[in-house]
Amino acid sequence: MTSTALRSRAWKLLEMVTTPLLPSDYLDLVSPLRAGGDLRGRIEAVHPETGDAATIVIRPGRGWRGHTAGQYVRIGVDVDGVRLWRAYSVTSPTDRRDGRITITVKAIPDGKVSNHLVRKAQPGTLIQLDQATGDFVLPEARPAKVLYLTAGSGITPVMGMLRDTEFDDVVMVHSAPRPHDVIFRDELHALVADKKLRLTELHTDTDGMLDIARLGELVPDWAERETWACGPAGLLDAAEDHWAEHGVPERLHTERFRPAVVVTGDGGEVTFAATGKTVDADGATPLLDVGEEAGVLMPSGCRMGICFGCVTPLKAGAVRDLRTGAITEAGPNVLIQTCVSAAAGPCDIER
Amino acid sequence: MTAIDPTAHLTAEQIEELGRELDAIRDEVIAGRGEKDAAYIRKVISAQRKLELVSRGVLLFSFFPPAWIIGTAGLSVAKIMDNMEIGHNILHGQWDWMRDPKIHSTTWEWDHVSPADQWKHSHNELHHTYTNVIGKDNDLGYGIMRVDEDQKWHPFHLAQPLWNFINACFFEYGIAAYDLELGKNLHKRRRKNPEFRARARAVGRKIRRQVLKDYVIHPLLSGPSFLTTLAATFTANLVRNLWSHSVIMCGHFPEGVQVFERRSIKGETRGQWYLRQMMGSANISGSKVMHFMTGNLSHQIEHHLFPDLPSNRYAEVAVKVRALFEKYELEYVTGPLPKQVFSAWHKVFRLSLPNRKPKATTPDREQELVAA
Repeated sequence: MTSTALRSRAWKLLEMVTTPLLPSDYLDLVSPLRAGGDLRGRIEAVHPETGDAATIVIRPGRGWRGHTAGQYVRIGVDVDGVRLWRAYSVTSPTDRRDGRITITVKAIPDGKVSNHLVRKAQPGTLIQLDQATGDFVLPEARPAKVLYLTAGSGITPVMGMLRDTEFDDVVMVHSAPRPHDVIFRDELHALVADKKLRLTELHTDTDGMLDIARLGELVPDWAERETWACGPAGLLDAAEDHWAEHGVPERLHTERFRPAVVVTGDGGEVTFAATGKTVDADGATPLLDVGEEAGVLMPSGCRMGICFGCVTPLKAGAVRDLRTGAITEAGPNVLIQTCVSAAAGPCDIER
Repeated sequence: MTAIDPTAHLTAEQIEELGRELDAIRDEVIAGRGEKDAAYIRKVISAQRKLELVSRGVLLFSFFPPAWIIGTAGLSVAKIMDNMEIGHNILHGQWDWMRDPKIHSTTWEWDHVSPADQWKHSHNELHHTYTNVIGKDNDLGYGIMRVDEDQKWHPFHLAQPLWNFINACFFEYGIAAYDLELGKNLHKRRRKNPEFRARARAVGRKIRRQVLKDYVIHPLLSGPSFLTTLAATFTANLVRNLWSHSVIMCGHFPEGVQVFERRSIKGETRGQWYLRQMMGSANISGSKVMHFMTGNLSHQIEHHLFPDLPSNRYAEVAVKVRALFEKYELEYVTGPLPKQVFSAWHKVFRLSLPNRKPKATTPDREQELVAA
């Protein structure tokens, strides 16, 4: 018998000892970060960055497989007793010696998780963790010239890149309302002083928003640069148009944090087939919220349509994508993202 | 179906007002649910697991009598906690709002021979919807007992104190049989129903796993303590069964609790539904430990009004609910455990004999309301 087979036999036997619970239910009591358990992390420190942003140092469980600079991680945090999942960019370099990772969170108005993490999170708290993911990453082949175009908390994935990989020629254009709102400002200025970065800092409260058409004035050779852009949808939309107009769309890599929610649709009666629950939903509420309100255990993730942690089979009916207005109809193997889909008429979801 | 309807003095408007006041109590608790509540259930679950681990550990040395006593007592308490404060309440969805898949009504499984999903159907759906409606709520006597004067007496009922005692000793098996609707399904034709057979197989699997664990694997692990560990787990299961049977008998059986006719729930409003839960349930008074060990089913009235509110909130809710009972001049049936257990058993004995003289049927509540 191979050692794997032997181990699985032993585990089966252990399951008989602990039934109806699982051995892991008991192991979690003593070693929640062990290898082989559900992936979790422990918050070890919270460092304020600006008035409304903080960096959270997390010790990931033994099952953590590392990340690539620019990727994000989904974390599940208990806020007022309710487990909420969000996605945040990893801001630590990939070779951090102590194996810890950091995320940097900006508290957004009414943001349950972001405000909790920035203002209330305590060292020692356990959080749920997923493996890092996302393709907003640097390529294997090093580009000669790099441009980072960021705004607000859009700087976080780029900071992960800056800290991870040095390039010969890096320019960053970063927008924030005021100087003290610039996350990582001291570190950026230190990089500038070391001649590792050329930085244009725009303060939108006084300078106004960045006009992409005039990017050439700030970075004359922008079209030759491999560009990574992250920030509000308006900035990214404008950038995509601009790069496309100049025939270099392949040089632009973007990361969108929130969907532009279109309020539209008819709504309808939503049936959660597995639990047998039926509720009325309007055309503007994501099905994820509808299900959670009805007490259905819905898988969820970033809640903004990027992580696919919430995909669920659509068995019948149609849903509308709240970002684009596109209608998806049920069919074999049709999966929908419940966090950005609303009922477009009656529908039936496998939950 | 006592001769006098204790709710006859209420008008339809009053009953709806009562419903609104109860809704307000519920909304207040839901709005206030939070971190403390989540911490409470996590703490209880963790304590239960540790107690069970330690008790089973102690039982490895149960050939030594003090170890047997400590281990058996610990395991009995752990099993009671698992079934009452943890299992029953989680399976009611009381903690689903935490969105923790490990503490959710759809994923939880308990130390009990009835699989969680079958129990949820017969208990959450049938019993809690049709509370105390004769012919609809089989929890009333679990289909094997006569629970009201108006039910026809049969010589079979003479033995019901004995059935009830046997049921108490093997309560978890009684519940599993009840969830399977064994009485109804054992007829030849129904036995072959594939849906019933699948459910019966699920129960069989659960029983096998439970029995293997308690009566084979843990005794074997104890080596020289094989027999004493076997005796200890049997005792713990017996204690847990007797205890949960007693607590549950107190919920709907004691004198003063009303039962209802099928006709009376036709077209029932929310207010009337609430009123039926109030009149059909009874509480147990006592200390905090007492409430905890009953899984807060000592607050049966509150639990039946709000089956999905977290159990740790029933005590505070009870104060407000009791005030409503007084306001609407209704009887809040409660008493210490021995008194309530005695009252319930007394009823079982009393109704095992034919009535001395048949009592008049209760006037139908619906008709009364129309008259009012």
